Amino acid sequence: MTFTSPVLSYTLLSPMLILLGGALIGVLVEAFVSKAKRPIVQLTLALSVLTLALFQVWNIRGEQSLTPAMGSIIIDGPAVLLQGSILIISIIAILLIADTEHFTALPAALPGSEEERRAIAMGTQVTEVYPLTLFAVSGMLMFPVAGDLITLFVALEMLSLPLYLMAGLSRRRRLASQESALKYFLLGSFSSAFFLFGAAYLYGYSGSLDFAGIQTSVVGGTGNDVLLLIGIAFLSIGLLFKVGAVPFHSWAPDVYQGAPTPVTAFMAAATKVAAFGAMLRIYYTVFANAEWSWSPVLTAIAVITMLLGSLVAVTQRDVKRMLAYSSIAHAGFLLTGVIALNKSGLDATIFYLFAYGITTVGAFAVVTLVRDSSGEVTDLNRWKGLGKRSPFAASTFAFFLLAFAGIPLTSGFIGKFSIFSAAYESGATGLVLVAIFSSALAAFFYIRVIVLMFFSDASEDGTGVEIPSLLTRSTIVVSAAITLILGVYPTPIINFISDLAIFIR
Amino acid sequence: MGISTSLVYLIGLPLAGAVILLLGGRRTDKWGHLLATALSGSSFAVGVYHLIEMVNRPAEMRPTSQKLFEWISVGSFNVDAGLLLDQLSICFVLLITGVGTLIHIYSIAYMSEDRDRRRFFAYLNLFIAAMLLLVLGDSYLSLYVGWEGVGLASYLLIGFWNQKPAYATASKKAFVMNRVGDMGLSLAIMIAFATMGTVSFSGVAEQAHHTSEAALTAMGVMLLVAAAGKSAQFPLQAWLGDAMAGPTPVSALIHAATMVTAGVYLITRSNFVFDAAPIAQLLVVIVGAITLIFGALIGTAKDDIKKALAASTMSQIGYMILATGLGPIGYAFAIMHLITHGFFKAGMFLGAGSVMHGMNDEVNMRKYGALRHFMPITFITFGIGYLAILGVPPFAGFYSKDMIIESAFNSGGTQAIILGCLTLIGAAITAFYMTRVMILTFAGTKRWDEGVEPHESPWLMWLPMAVLAVGSVTSGYLLYHDKALYKWLSPLFEDHGEHEELLKPIVVSALALTMVAIGVSIAVYKYMRENVESIAPTDVSLITKFVRKDLMQDQFNEKFFMRPGQLLTKGLVKTEDVVVDGSVRAVARMAIGSGSGLRGLQNGFVRSYAALILIGALSLIAAIWVVVS
Repeated sequence: MTFTSPVLSYTLLSPMLILLGGALIGVLVEAFVSKAKRPIVQLTLALSVLTLALFQVWNIRGEQSLTPAMGSIIIDGPAVLLQGSILIISIIAILLIADTEHFTALPAALPGSEEERRAIAMGTQVTEVYPLTLFAVSGMLMFPVAGDLITLFVALEMLSLPLYLMAGLSRRRRLASQESALKYFLLGSFSSAFFLFGAAYLYGYSGSLDFAGIQTSVVGGTGNDVLLLIGIAFLSIGLLFKVGAVPFHSWAPDVYQGAPTPVTAFMAAATKVAAFGAMLRIYYTVFANAEWSWSPVLTAIAVITMLLGSLVAVTQRDVKRMLAYSSIAHAGFLLTGVIALNKSGLDATIFYLFAYGITTVGAFAVVTLVRDSSGEVTDLNRWKGLGKRSPFAASTFAFFLLAFAGIPLTSGFIGKFSIFSAAYESGATGLVLVAIFSSALAAFFYIRVIVLMFFSDASEDGTGVEIPSLLTRSTIVVSAAITLILGVYPTPIINFISDLAIFIR
Repeated sequence: MGISTSLVYLIGLPLAGAVILLLGGRRTDKWGHLLATALSGSSFAVGVYHLIEMVNRPAEMRPTSQKLFEWISVGSFNVDAGLLLDQLSICFVLLITGVGTLIHIYSIAYMSEDRDRRRFFAYLNLFIAAMLLLVLGDSYLSLYVGWEGVGLASYLLIGFWNQKPAYATASKKAFVMNRVGDMGLSLAIMIAFATMGTVSFSGVAEQAHHTSEAALTAMGVMLLVAAAGKSAQFPLQAWLGDAMAGPTPVSALIHAATMVTAGVYLITRSNFVFDAAPIAQLLVVIVGAITLIFGALIGTAKDDIKKALAASTMSQIGYMILATGLGPIGYAFAIMHLITHGFFKAGMFLGAGSVMHGMNDEVNMRKYGALRHFMPITFITFGIGYLAILGVPPFAGFYSKDMIIESAFNSGGTQAIILGCLTLIGAAITAFYMTRVMILTFAGTKRWDEGVEPHESPWLMWLPMAVLAVGSVTSGYLLYHDKALYKWLSPLFEDHGEHEELLKPIVVSALALTMVAIGVSIAVYKYMRENVESIAPTDVSLITKFVRKDLMQDQFNEKFFMRPGQLLTKGLVKTEDVVVDGSVRAVARMAIGSGSGLRGLQNGFVRSYAALILIGALSLIAAIWVVVS
């Protein structure tokens, strides 16, 4: 047996390598830097690593290569766009993660124990969350650029494992947080098993694990179709689980609610970009020629996802759960872009992912501001009259909700408009009708929250709004600004996406 | 056509002021008004620079444009956001920024006691920016943005003291009535796009020759509706009187000198539409003629000094609209009257503000009297404005108003005689009510309330009044001399030359002056001879009562628009309630019902979730089974 040393193109891999390096340094910081200095050191490290990676992504924006890592990674236009989106979202989200006391003092202590009380008294909180975030981001960067099923699986686990942990780190309501982390982990492993199962079937079908090989078999139509179909179905389950599509969505509301809100923000925004990025690559290249097999099933999933997300959101009384169902509905809208399977569908989906991710981080950032003595207040009844007490929080939140609803002059409108028209172009008229109906339904509960905040009398139960610190304020302001700019003057970014977004095979 | 890169500063400077003052909040209280004034002044300086540049170029090279960015690009529909500065817009730019800056200066003193002075200046700057966009936009769409912007600024400023419910109502009334006009503008834009496929001025001008007259007439009528709304012309005139609720500098700038003249600008700018649509043009003349008499009549019965001036504004804009309806012979004179009116009416409004300032904000002229001894500067500057609006030579109004009367007589056909006579009658009534204002305010005996001690206003206030008074004296001759303005503007309009001359100019002037003399004499006879009562007498003729109620304009609107409108909305609400809401509620009930049902799936047990995923997976397999077999 001969062993050839791999040929690696470090420039093209550098965004991911920078992040992994940064994460490792972060672990060392935990070991060697004094407790008092850790938060600021970690934040500086994380921010500089993310910025540097973003800079590298910008530098390689014109590059195309099938073999930066012996075929395991594919760098092309969509890869750059998706990695850039993930990094921008992460930068905004890390500002939120860094702010105030969201994380537990001592994760290992039992909730309510003496040990925990002592840790709280010392005023510490975990800083491991920074390296965990960086590990997750590096997994997310790898997910949409993976070139074979093994790399895809490794990336999936790399982004998931840190997220499981981070979901359990909440400072308040620790039991709920830990419960949600455990649920996320169990169900995540369950779906990973399906994913691996699917990968095995695909190997059985094509005798190959890399995308090019599978694609060749699909185009040639030589293999056993049953193997292919089961492979596609099970692989899809793994991906659909991550984006929260029905019926693989059930983890989302519980985890969104239980996890510390900054983690929810990061997870909801960045994971979606990564997972949909991988889906785009797989469906637009590997399985493009087997459209007959997956398109009807995916259409059905998109329809029930949009409908169920919007319907159940109407009944929610908790703002984080409501946003969770809203994100499920949005997963359905995004699926219409995947199903469109044309160039405008690709452009629109990438635009939508970026716009939605930014708006999501902004919306959760506002959620962190509304508090009483025992932490965040997520009960919508207690948000009544928020507009009077904090015009800043209420009006920015209203703006983000309008963006979710897809009202003109927000990025949400441009996103919905372009993604629906792409789907319409591809002939999926029925799907577009359902999507529009769900959007109308969804607008109902977004606007109900706005009415609640501005036109209901305030409740007198000590719900206060924290004056946002510089970090959170910048998260909110930057998200709102991007949401507005993408809604008012989207032409440059749309042209940028459309110029770059071409998959190489 | 030249390309310029500095047009954007005209708008950008005041816009920056508005943004800084609004976002800066209380921090900018100390210096906000100075910044706003400086920025408005700088914008004026940029305007003057452009004027000098333009004068130095040959006529066909004078217009300059600046492309800002690609605005809308949907299929074959492309709109670039661009600016266009030509001979017409420069007149407006200088008027807006020049008078605007003077009024900024005036307001520093006038609003000095107000807690919210900064906000006031922010709105003023916002107005200047929006108004400049209105006159500088190179397409109907850009114009529309500015049009809405000034509407917003006007709304905010009329209701500036919105703690008084009546003022808030007034601003709402102005806003709603303007909406009707705005509807006209948006319809006009849609017609232009549907029939010509373009909304830029140059594009529409080019296409107008190949477009059916019906379409052009429809567009012209819609533009007229828009102009009537913004310029308070019949039948959309009722809001202007109530708009006087705003602080007086606002009345001077927005509701006398600039914004209300936007309708005149719109029609003049759209000359290519109206010249090809005679019916629409005739309607313009009719609207102008009705309003000039209507406004003048209302002016005779007002005891509120600002409302009297507002009625006069309405009437004077009627003159301008009438002139624009006369076609190429009238455009230049409409603009000329617009500019001179900008000077003398703004000057008189500031004078009224000065009087109110000295009289504890009293607006009822029956409680004034003999003020010429106490406010000499206000008296002189107001007096100059008075002579200008009457059209006494050599004051500004003499040149501009005479030219309109003359054009009316020379417009040909029987309509010429009717229009000429109406403009003459208007001049007589104007002379009557303005003399009445002068006498009630500055002559006669003191009829003040107790404790009022009138005094002259500080120099920051009288200086702008003095500058405007100088303009009221000189601007007419300067623009008239050697046909300066006519020649300046004529490259923009297609003049078909020859006009018959019904009356010699000297005859027209003599007639006009006679009418003015009659009007003045009646007023002097009526108000100088006997003592004016400080409470309006109630035993007056039916006609007076009718005029006092603004010729029943509000009652008319109420009876014929509001009531039927309310009935209609009630009906619609009922339908809405039962049919639309009913079905929506049904859907919502269904949504909530099925939502709560589906919520049952979310029971919190991880085993159920896993089961759900498994069921999903099995259904996928089942679906594939179907596909394969």
